Amino acid sequence: MGFGRKNTDTRGSAARYGDLGSPFVLRAIAVGYVGLMIALPILALSVRAFGDGLGSLWDSLRRPDALYSLELTVVMALAMVVVNVVMGTLTAWVLIRYRFPGQSLVNTLIDLPFAVPTVVTGLMLVILYGPQSAVGRFLSSNGVEVIYAKPGIVLALLFVTLPFVVRSVQPVLMGLDREMEEAAATLGANRWVVFRKVIVPSILPAVLTGAALSFSRAIGEFGSVVIVAGNIPMRTQVASVFIYGEIESDNPQGALGVSVALLAGSLLVLILLSLLQRIGRSRDA
Amino acid sequence: MRENQVSDGGSAAANPKPPAGRSRMRRALGPENLMIGAVVVWFSVLVLFPLGAMVRGVFDSGFADSIRSLGSPVALHAFWLTLGITVVAVIINTFFGVIVALVLARQRFVGKLLFNGVLDLPFALSPVVAGFMFIVLFGPNGWLGRWFEAGGIRIIFALPGMVLATIFITLPFVTREVVPVLQEAGTEQEDAARTLGADGWQTFRRITVPSIRWGLGYGVCLTASRALGEFGAVLIVSGSVIGKTQTATSYIHQEFTDFHYAGAFAASLVLAVASFLMLMTMEVIRRRVTARME
Repeated sequence: MGFGRKNTDTRGSAARYGDLGSPFVLRAIAVGYVGLMIALPILALSVRAFGDGLGSLWDSLRRPDALYSLELTVVMALAMVVVNVVMGTLTAWVLIRYRFPGQSLVNTLIDLPFAVPTVVTGLMLVILYGPQSAVGRFLSSNGVEVIYAKPGIVLALLFVTLPFVVRSVQPVLMGLDREMEEAAATLGANRWVVFRKVIVPSILPAVLTGAALSFSRAIGEFGSVVIVAGNIPMRTQVASVFIYGEIESDNPQGALGVSVALLAGSLLVLILLSLLQRIGRSRDA
Repeated sequence: MRENQVSDGGSAAANPKPPAGRSRMRRALGPENLMIGAVVVWFSVLVLFPLGAMVRGVFDSGFADSIRSLGSPVALHAFWLTLGITVVAVIINTFFGVIVALVLARQRFVGKLLFNGVLDLPFALSPVVAGFMFIVLFGPNGWLGRWFEAGGIRIIFALPGMVLATIFITLPFVTREVVPVLQEAGTEQEDAARTLGADGWQTFRRITVPSIRWGLGYGVCLTASRALGEFGAVLIVSGSVIGKTQTATSYIHQEFTDFHYAGAFAASLVLAVASFLMLMTMEVIRRRVTARME
């Protein structure tokens, strides 16, 4: 609106106070926008959840299928985090330290999971590992069920969180002082000792940041999991699918407890991340 | 040739080369090559093979069939709807995202830390919970919903709610890409422009926008690609009424659950190609920025 307006005031003070470009107005717009779009919806959900007292919130959470969906979500996310920390760190290491054919392809496509819609992710995994494919049939004839079972959930979570650990560790590895490693090696430390004493301490905050980001993405993941999991209550139904089911069957009250639990989980991870960031920054200083 | 590749892989490491007497096999199985192999296998199993399987799926289920299902009115409506929502979300979030970035990069105020933290919430929150929040807020009995309801405007299970949910999910992208660029650019040039008599808008257009344009482009790409593929949040607030509030992703979901694989595969491929192009654009932007920094 006022951005293009001609100033009637003198120029200097107009730039500062006269129009929409003034710091105060900009700040009011920014805070208003974030407040209206993010804080207000969260507040509305919280008031709705806690408004009737803790008793009714606990009632919606106490149902066995609700509790089970939360437990499954956390266990699946933790399983994903373990694999992701190992493979993500290894991927970052290999991409930074070695040269191999196909390297730039891998480096570019690492970000693909951020770009591919989650529904498409789920579909791709079902096509390859599902009961209708040769790979899926081979696996299930050997007693391994992937799709419509728990391994499929972990696989989907691994796909959607693939970039987090890699992209968080890569810059740290790149900036790592090789002289420290060489000095340690000269002093007689073998590769394993160098890795443990020199490399691990310097990349640990970045690894933990990647792990926390993956975890928070995983506990809320919906699109890919709803397609690969089969969504059987008390077996393969995760928290986000439980919430979806309750809302679909017109029982938002039942969705409140699990929603608040997921919201609390996300908040906790955000707080943890800002602590990690502070540790990383104080180490740089 | 083969020999060359193997020893190239080995020499990249800081370790001395193994003595010439050792067998080639031994070197090929050295830790470097084992690690590279593990990563390549991992990446293929997780990303490349599923991607290839989907492309093959489109052709296996009949290319003509896939094209026909893409041309159906329901599919076309879903894609146009997704495109429209994405365009609106990108415009709104670019406009406000730049303002929020300017405030975060250039101003100090009480509560800034909290403001900064709240801004990241859409990244951390489950899209399903995000959709649920908008139902609570804009539903018939919600704080804001009852006002709109009284005015005869439907937000939930209608287009406005879907746009709002998409805006929520993609809100931080532009800001998060622009803030570091603004911080690095500093304020010297803007101050100089202002001293020379430029007003706020002129300074913004001539100095600030050119210096943030790559970061802004990157943020817009992220916003658009996320908005195109958003599923959970929009599904919850839309009710997914076929031919009315069904987006491209919920069309795919529907086709898949109805066992119409040809349609689901074809629509998935279109979305995947769109996100791939977006990714390539982002890669080009990133190369440009790194090239300039060096």
